Amino acid sequence: MIRFRVFAVIGLVAGLLLAYFVWTTEADPTSSYRFKLGLDLAGGTELIYKADMSQTPVSERADALSALQGVIERRVNLFGVAEPLVQTEQASTLSGTTADRLIVALPGVTDIKAAVAALGQTPTLEFRLATPTTVGTTTQIAYVSTGLNGRYLSSATLGFGSGATAGLTAPQVILNFDSDGAKLFEKITSENVGRTLAIFLDGQPISAPTIQEAIAGGQATITGQFTAPEARDLVRNLNFGALPVPISLESSSAVGPTLGAAAMTAGVSAGLIGFAIIAFFMIVWYRLPGLIAAIALAEYIALMLSVMKIIPITLTASGIAGLIISVGMAVDANVLIFERTKEELREGKSPREAVHIGFQRAWTGIRDGHLTMLISGVILFWLGTSIVQGFALVYVLGVLASFISAVSLSRVFLLALVPEKSEGKWHFLIGSGWSNS
Amino acid sequence: MYIVRHRTLFFWITGIILAAALGSSFIFGLPLGIDFSGGSLMQVGYPNGVPPIETIEKQVSAVPLGSVSVRASGENAVSIRMRTMTPAEHETVFALLSSSASTTELSYTSVGPALGSQFASKALWAILAVVLVIALYIAFAFRKVSRPVSSWYYGLAVIIILAHDLVIPAGFYAVLAHFTNAQVDALFITALLALLGYSVNDTIIIFDRVREHLAHNEKTNMKESFDVTVGKSIDETMTRSINMSLTVVLALGALVLFGAAATRDFSLVMLVGVIAGTYSSILLAAPLLIPLANRFAKK
Repeated sequence: MIRFRVFAVIGLVAGLLLAYFVWTTEADPTSSYRFKLGLDLAGGTELIYKADMSQTPVSERADALSALQGVIERRVNLFGVAEPLVQTEQASTLSGTTADRLIVALPGVTDIKAAVAALGQTPTLEFRLATPTTVGTTTQIAYVSTGLNGRYLSSATLGFGSGATAGLTAPQVILNFDSDGAKLFEKITSENVGRTLAIFLDGQPISAPTIQEAIAGGQATITGQFTAPEARDLVRNLNFGALPVPISLESSSAVGPTLGAAAMTAGVSAGLIGFAIIAFFMIVWYRLPGLIAAIALAEYIALMLSVMKIIPITLTASGIAGLIISVGMAVDANVLIFERTKEELREGKSPREAVHIGFQRAWTGIRDGHLTMLISGVILFWLGTSIVQGFALVYVLGVLASFISAVSLSRVFLLALVPEKSEGKWHFLIGSGWSNS
Repeated sequence: MYIVRHRTLFFWITGIILAAALGSSFIFGLPLGIDFSGGSLMQVGYPNGVPPIETIEKQVSAVPLGSVSVRASGENAVSIRMRTMTPAEHETVFALLSSSASTTELSYTSVGPALGSQFASKALWAILAVVLVIALYIAFAFRKVSRPVSSWYYGLAVIIILAHDLVIPAGFYAVLAHFTNAQVDALFITALLALLGYSVNDTIIIFDRVREHLAHNEKTNMKESFDVTVGKSIDETMTRSINMSLTVVLALGALVLFGAAATRDFSLVMLVGVIAGTYSSILLAAPLLIPLANRFAKK
C-alpha cells in the first residue's frame, strides 16, 4: 500500500507539473510552446495548388515537387506572414494517375485574392528543345522538356545588349545557373548544336535561339521583346525563385478572424462544460472511484494538452471536437474497471483484491476496444485532408493517452486508497449507483 | 436473459429502425458538399441584418456562375454555394454583395472538382478498410473461442453491427440535411469512421464476456447452452455498456449545445451514432451469435 501511495503522489505531482506547464506556456505570449492554432481558429487562408507534371519524367517528380516547395516557401516568406506552412502531397488515385499538390497555409491572411496574386507572380521557367514531328503532310514543332528548369536557377541579372535596331540597346535578362544547372546546360547545348532551344516563361516561349555551340559556364541570356521595366520586373521575380513546373490553383479556403475566434471560444467552453458534466456523473454514480476517475481524467487532459504543445499539433475546430470526444471515451476504460471491481466485491472478495482482479479481468476488453479505435484513427489519418487529419491525430493520441491513464493512473490511485476490509464509510464509498453498497 | 429470450422481437425493432434510416437516405438523399463535388462556398456576415435572400441571389446572378444556392446560416449570415470560382470571380461576387450592405466575409472555401472526386473514392475505401480490418481483428482476438461458433462468426456479427451503425447516422443525416443546409462533407465522413472504431467497443465488451464464460465453462467442464451464456453476458455487461456510452453522450451533448458551429452537425451525427452503436451492441450483436450458432454450430 505504501508503494502505491508513493506512486500515487508521483502521479499527482506529475499531473500538476503538466498542468503548470500548459498554464504558464499559454499565459506567456512569447513562449514557443503556445498552442499552434489552425487556420479555422486563428483565421487565415489555405491554398492548394496542383503541379502540372505531365512534362516531367516520373523519376524526377519528387525532386521537382520539393524544388517547387522551396521556391513557394521563399515567395511566401516575402509575403510577411507570421508562420506560413508549405506542404507537398503526392496522391495517387486508384486509377493509377498521380496528383502532385502543394498546400500553402497562410495564418492571418484573409484576402485570398492578394495571396493568390502574390504567389502567382512566381515565374515558371523551362528550357525546351524544338523537335519537328511530321503528322501526315504537315510538319509540327513540338517542344520537348530538357529537364533544365527553374530549380537550377541561382540568380538573374539585367543587362543591355545591342538590339535589332542599330543604336538602341535592348534589355536582356541574364540567367545564372547553379553548378548542376551549368553542367546540364552544357550537356544539352553540346549535344544539340544547330537545334532550337526555346525558353519558356509561364508556359509561353519568350525566346527561341538556335544553339551555335556548346555553352559552358552556366549562363544563358534571354533576348525577348522586353521593355526595360518588364525586364526589371522579370529579373526581380526570377531572383525570388522560378518554378520548375507550372502550378494551378485547385482549391482555396479562407476563414475570417471573427469566425475563428468564435469557434475557439465555443470549443473551449464546450470542453469545460463537457468535462464538468462527465466528472459530476462519475462522482455521483461511482463515488470514490468516480472521483479518482475524474482526477485521472484531469491528468489525462493535462497530458494531452502538453503533448499537443510539445509535438506540436496544430489545433483546429475538429481537433478540439476530437479532444472532447476522447475525454468521454477515456472514461470508458474506468467504467469498465469499476463495474468489474463491483462484481468481484459482490462475490465477497475484499476491496483490494476486487480492485486487483477487476483490472485484470477488464484488461482484454480494454485492449481490444482501444485497438479497434486505433485502427479507425490511423485509417482516418490516411484519408488525408487537413480537417480530417486534425481530428484523427487528436483521436489517436487520445486513445493512447486514455489507455495509459486508465490502466496506470486510476489503478494506482485506487490501490493507494482502498483498504483491506470494507467497513463503515468505505462500504458506501466504493459502492455505486442507486444501491447503498 | 430478457433480451435473448425476446431476441426475435428486438431483431424486428432494429430491423424497422434500419429500414426507416435506409428509407430516409433514399427518399431525402444525402446531398454531397463541395468536399466531394467540387465548388465554392462563401459564408458572408451581414452585421446590420441579412437582406432578403432574393436580393442576394439577384446580386450574385450578375456573374455567370450557373446555379447558385443561397441559404441563411445562423443569425446575420448567409452561405452561398456555387461552382468552383476563380479568385477574380470570387472578388467580383463579394464586391457585388458589399455594394448595398455592410458585409464581412466569414469564410470562403473553394474545391476543384478533381480534388473532390479523389476525396470521395478515398473516403469509400477508408470506410470499407476500417470495417474489414476491425472484423479481421475480432476474428483474430477471439480465435481461442471456437465452440460452439468459430471466431469468424464473431467477425461476421461485427460486420453486420457496423453496417447498422453506419446506416442509422446516415439516415439521420439525410433527415437533418433535408431540413437544414447540412451537407455530406469531410467532417461527416470523419464522424462515420470515428463511430466505426468506437461503437464496436461496446460489442467487444459483450463478446469479451461471452469469451470469458465459454473459457470458464470449458475449464470447469460445465454444460451450459449457448443461449444462456450469451444472455448472462448481456445482463452482466448492461450497466457498463450504458454508462460507457453515457459519458461519450454527455461529451457530445456539450459539443452540440456549446461547441463551435463548424462542428455542430458533426457532433450531432456522432451523438446519434453512439446511441445507435450502444443499442445495436446490446440488442443485436450478441443475440446475433445465437442464430449463427444454431445454424453453423460445430457438432
